[in-house]
Amino acid sequence: MVGQLMNWQIALPEIVLAGCGLLVLMVGVLIKKQNSAQLCSMLVLASFLVAALLSLSAPQDVGYNGLFTLDRFAVFVKILVLIAASLAVVLSLDYNTHHGIARFEFPVLILLSTVGMMVMVSATNMMSLYLGVELSSLAIYVLAAFARNDVRSSEAGLKYFVLGALASGLLLYGMSLVYGFAGSLDFASLRAVFTTETAQLGAVVGVVFIVAGLAFKISAAPFHMWTPDVYEGAPVPVTGFMATAPKVAALAVFVRILSMPFGHLLPQWQQLIVLLSIVSMVWGSLAAIGQWNIKRLMAYSSIGHMGYALVGVATGTEAGVRGVLVYLASYIFASAGVFACIIAMRKKGHAVERIADLKGLGKTDPMLAFLLMFFMFSLAGVPPFAGFIGKLYVFLAAVQAGMWTLAIIGVLTSVISTFYYLWVLKQVYFDQSEGAFDGRAPSVSFVAGLGGLVTLSFFVFASPVVNAAEAAARALFG
Amino acid sequence: MIANYLATGAFYVFAAVLLASAAMVVTSRNPVYAVLFLVLAFFNAAGLFLLAGAEFLAMLLVIVYVGAVAVLFLFVVMMLDVDFAVLRSGFQRYAPVGVLVGVVLLAELGLVFGTWTTSGLAQSLRASPMPDSVTNTEALGRILYTDYVLLFQAAGLVLLVAMIGAIVLTMREKKSSRHQIIAKQIARNPADTLVLVNAGLGEGINILGIRRPLPPPGKVVHGDHGHGHDDHDAHAPEPHVHGDH
Repeated sequence: MVGQLMNWQIALPEIVLAGCGLLVLMVGVLIKKQNSAQLCSMLVLASFLVAALLSLSAPQDVGYNGLFTLDRFAVFVKILVLIAASLAVVLSLDYNTHHGIARFEFPVLILLSTVGMMVMVSATNMMSLYLGVELSSLAIYVLAAFARNDVRSSEAGLKYFVLGALASGLLLYGMSLVYGFAGSLDFASLRAVFTTETAQLGAVVGVVFIVAGLAFKISAAPFHMWTPDVYEGAPVPVTGFMATAPKVAALAVFVRILSMPFGHLLPQWQQLIVLLSIVSMVWGSLAAIGQWNIKRLMAYSSIGHMGYALVGVATGTEAGVRGVLVYLASYIFASAGVFACIIAMRKKGHAVERIADLKGLGKTDPMLAFLLMFFMFSLAGVPPFAGFIGKLYVFLAAVQAGMWTLAIIGVLTSVISTFYYLWVLKQVYFDQSEGAFDGRAPSVSFVAGLGGLVTLSFFVFASPVVNAAEAAARALFG
Repeated sequence: MIANYLATGAFYVFAAVLLASAAMVVTSRNPVYAVLFLVLAFFNAAGLFLLAGAEFLAMLLVIVYVGAVAVLFLFVVMMLDVDFAVLRSGFQRYAPVGVLVGVVLLAELGLVFGTWTTSGLAQSLRASPMPDSVTNTEALGRILYTDYVLLFQAAGLVLLVAMIGAIVLTMREKKSSRHQIIAKQIARNPADTLVLVNAGLGEGINILGIRRPLPPPGKVVHGDHGHGHDDHDAHAPEPHVHGDH
């Protein structure tokens, strides 16, 4: 018991990362130079690297009186979150300077949000879970409104804040109902309670509220209404960040909370997750058709992708969790790549974001068009790109669990969504150009190139990723 | 025995004043009175907490709610031009619906109390609500800095993010804003800015072409300086000369 109380090193990555955040904040405040934003971004990237190495090497155990757990599942997700956050910081280098919002607080806020996500992922108590969710969300509300002279950005920040507060309220209400029934917030104790006793209606309502609150955070339909407006209004690197890191973390929380404390309530929550999944897949693929703004298109695309990932969650099996993790690993690179392409959309110094602005990109910038094709194919799930492998594992898990309807709806909505991904590519390759884009910054090309490389060659190194995901899933069910 | 009666009496006094002041918060016409009654309500609620043995909660209520929240309300009420008569104009019309909603909610709560069941763990927790032999401030402090140190620090980070966010979203570095440059202030030499002058009795001194102290009104001296005579009568600028440095 003493050993369990004292092993504070399991939170070493978070502690070091938060400490680095404070240091970078000091550096930014004390160095009053124009390039302090660039310097701080570099320092934050270095901190992410250190945190990733520490996550891999820290001892894996339960600690802090059961509040915090580092297991292989947490490590896998933390690495994904750190990669996604790093890509967002790299994307911000050029964009923020160009839009006059290059302030050192930007990388610091991304770092603090990442700390919150890492706490979320490791949380094995409702209280640490809630504080992680709040820390990560609060920083993103500020980031969404970061371009404060832009009305759309302020609107995005405000909308996200109000709806996010509502989601937090739902989450807390659900937690309080569960606590009222079980008398504990600790995941292990909750599991013990739900193993021995049949859950009463009040506790089940609590679980439903928790699921609804988390569904807000991953923008699964029907809790998605904030997504298109916030994605459109927020600065592009922030949108790229929102579309990747928080979704990975919140889905991991979904998986952990549904399999650990509420594992024995599977019959109660399964139908709920199936419903969320189907509505998200259908709405994500239908509503995206007819969008003319590429950021709104990506918003609906991300809603659909959360639906596919929820297919894996809905199975409630080890294979399902493995599928979710592989899916997320394939998703973040393609998504970050698309947002790099959106940042590259700049004509005569002005950022453009209409899909029609992509016309003729295949001739004016063949390299970018080629990369965009990779990302769109990956998001659509065309073999052999990364997205196909992710979808394969998710649908495989659904079929193994006997959820044929879910798998069939998933495949059908994939086909529908392929339409709008291909429609973007049609504009890129078969329409007349209306003027070329300005030159790309190296940082943007780096993210697009890295994303393209990973998306294309995912099937080569799929087996280590799948093995790691399998080990992570086993840690949860083991 | 007497202590028991005292405690019971104190409970009824606190409870009665609490209910009365809470009613006054909603009904009083003057918003400033409403906020002051709110402060009274908070104090009485703190008293009730004290009687229940939760002295930490009582102090928290006074410090946070009276010290910060209620005073903030008072500021807002006094500074913002809100017409409260307009705000409550529909009171009579909406009152029946409000009462109906309240009754329905009360009935539902009653149903919940009738059917609510809890697990065994929750019941055992309810049986031992307070730790023995320590005050609850000490008990809270003990677990806050040991068992829940992770949550304590995470909450600190949340507050830090809120602070950074407020600064990022609102602070503008204007050219006209006057920043305090501490190094300059410290490096300032009194000899550069202060002059010690021996002024004769009743003569005043003449610096920068302005004679101080100013002559009494009615005897305005023309020709010394070409501007702002009238202003000087209204509010004489602070003299630049200090004798005590």
